[in-house]
Amino acid sequence: MYRYNDFDDAFLAQRNAQFRAQVERRISGALTEDEFKPLRLMNGLYLQLHAYMLRVAIPYGTLSSDQMRQLALVADKWDKGYGHFTTRQNIQYNWPKLPDVPDILDSLAEVNLHAIQTSGNTIRNVTADHFAGAAADEIADPRPVAELIRQWSTDHPEFQFLPRKFKIAITGSPNDRAVTRAHDIGLRMVERDGKAGYEVIVGGGLGRTPVVGKVIKDFLPQADLLPYLEAIVSVYNTLGRRDNKYKARIKITVNENGLDEVRARVDERFAAIRPLFAGVDQEMLKAIEAHFAAPEFVSKDVAPYDVAYANDPVFRAWADTNLSAHKADGYAIASISIKAHGQTPGDATSDQMRVMADLAEKYGHGELRISHEQNVILPHVHKADLPAIHAALKEAGLATANIGLISDIIACPGMDYCALATARSIPVAQEIAERFEELKLEHEIGPMKIKISGCINACGHHHVGHIGILGLDRAGVENYQITLGGDGTEDAVIGQRVGPGFAYDQVVAAIETIITTYLAQREDENETFLDAYRRLGPDPFKAALYPEAAKKNAA
Amino acid sequence: MPRPFTPKVITANALLEGDVVYFTAQDTWSREMCEAEVMEDEAHADARLIEASRQQNVIVGAYLADVKPGEQGPEPTHFREDFRRTGPSNYFHGKQAEVL
Repeated sequence: MYRYNDFDDAFLAQRNAQFRAQVERRISGALTEDEFKPLRLMNGLYLQLHAYMLRVAIPYGTLSSDQMRQLALVADKWDKGYGHFTTRQNIQYNWPKLPDVPDILDSLAEVNLHAIQTSGNTIRNVTADHFAGAAADEIADPRPVAELIRQWSTDHPEFQFLPRKFKIAITGSPNDRAVTRAHDIGLRMVERDGKAGYEVIVGGGLGRTPVVGKVIKDFLPQADLLPYLEAIVSVYNTLGRRDNKYKARIKITVNENGLDEVRARVDERFAAIRPLFAGVDQEMLKAIEAHFAAPEFVSKDVAPYDVAYANDPVFRAWADTNLSAHKADGYAIASISIKAHGQTPGDATSDQMRVMADLAEKYGHGELRISHEQNVILPHVHKADLPAIHAALKEAGLATANIGLISDIIACPGMDYCALATARSIPVAQEIAERFEELKLEHEIGPMKIKISGCINACGHHHVGHIGILGLDRAGVENYQITLGGDGTEDAVIGQRVGPGFAYDQVVAAIETIITTYLAQREDENETFLDAYRRLGPDPFKAALYPEAAKKNAA
Repeated sequence: MPRPFTPKVITANALLEGDVVYFTAQDTWSREMCEAEVMEDEAHADARLIEASRQQNVIVGAYLADVKPGEQGPEPTHFREDFRRTGPSNYFHGKQAEVL
């Protein structure tokens, strides 16, 4: 894992001191809110419905045990004993007080964490495949490059006032777990003729205008990455619209100017700046790569795993849903669900954080990951240790066997916290999870991604949910639109709206109707919801959801 | 004919704690909506908002919110203001926990 050097430490200390002085000037009245707001946003501090909210970056989703413990300490000392993991691999604290924020940032700096550029019209936290460095299907670990991009983009003088926020995601695996096609820039590590490079995707995004990103460069040699990224963001910085907030993202720039025009301008800019990158970036990348050397995997008997798997049905259910294939023999990737039925998706208490940190330290080479699906991952655990890990998780309420299933729901904070929200998300997620737990249908239904956003900005990724739910304010009442058939993988698809929205107290029943229809119409239990939807189309679901309309059409 | 004016209160977030506050007739800020000054006249409401917004060292982002009369003073007409007045629905945090 990356450890700060003296430069990083000094930079962060200076930045935190700067912000401390800015907070003091705001409190003394020397700065107005209009002056202070852009400064606090650059440091991750929002003002939400009930309180300030501090968004802390978890760069490319990687955490050490010490960092996780520090996140728990912050939650206990300055917040209400919990934190909320987000869809962009950040953690949010919902209750910090303004005078405490400088101390919080200093305490995060002790463990190499910060909140810089987690907001504002800047390049945000670079996200990555949460199985990076561990997945069996991986070509290369994307995190060294993600760290290089983090260093390049942090306080980049040209890119502090972009037309709008800018999000980059990277994956080193052909199976895209990082939603790269829904980012301003998505990077997929690829190989051509034995050489490492990137497929560069541009102009993806969700929000008001969902767009699947387009390939601007099908193969970019590794050494060209930073100048090429700089060229894209630079072209966007000049070409992107500043007259209308809703047309300011690069997806609109690409749509309005055409991909070819954008590509031509990027190529021109790239040609101009490429010679300025004399190779220092590649030297830095080499140094960073050393930080991400794979742990020393051990070889031991997996008998304890086999025994538990054969004899303990609870362990077996957990192993079947929460484990993924690891690149090393005898190892597994264990996903810890922080979505126990009825709990707030993505929330972990400080005690739970410490349990996960301890397990990572004892069994997992001290590493943890945060997924964009709001779960925590132990990326490197030996199968022999899984029964002990599972037992410890169970005691902490962290052994829910639901990864990839209907209760593994993404939900944004919604109207319960967010100042932008138009409706609640969290209670909808809680009720859906509880309902299907009650029906004992979860495992029968199989792979299912429900994603819920409490406003059009789509932090809950509803467009790419197999079932997407969007909460809106319709004449002063919460109303929920349902989309079907979305997919956030390498074959990204934007879900289609199924019909008129549902009232708050009708949403769970509507989801149940969709699921019942799927179960009745699937070819067999191997046909997933998404496959069935692609085969059947929306009609059977519409007919079931809106029987009155179906009757009228038939008449 | 102009639309009838919906009664308003002035609300904002406290600068230090960030929690929801309401402007009173005494030019102070209360944590409780029922203590807010209710303004029935549009011109008066606009003038009061300017006065309230001057208190930059106490609050952030003052605005007018619709209310209706209730038994214990003004009550919100929109669910967003109801959440602001109460707290989140997933935990017993915020105002609902503090007003006890």
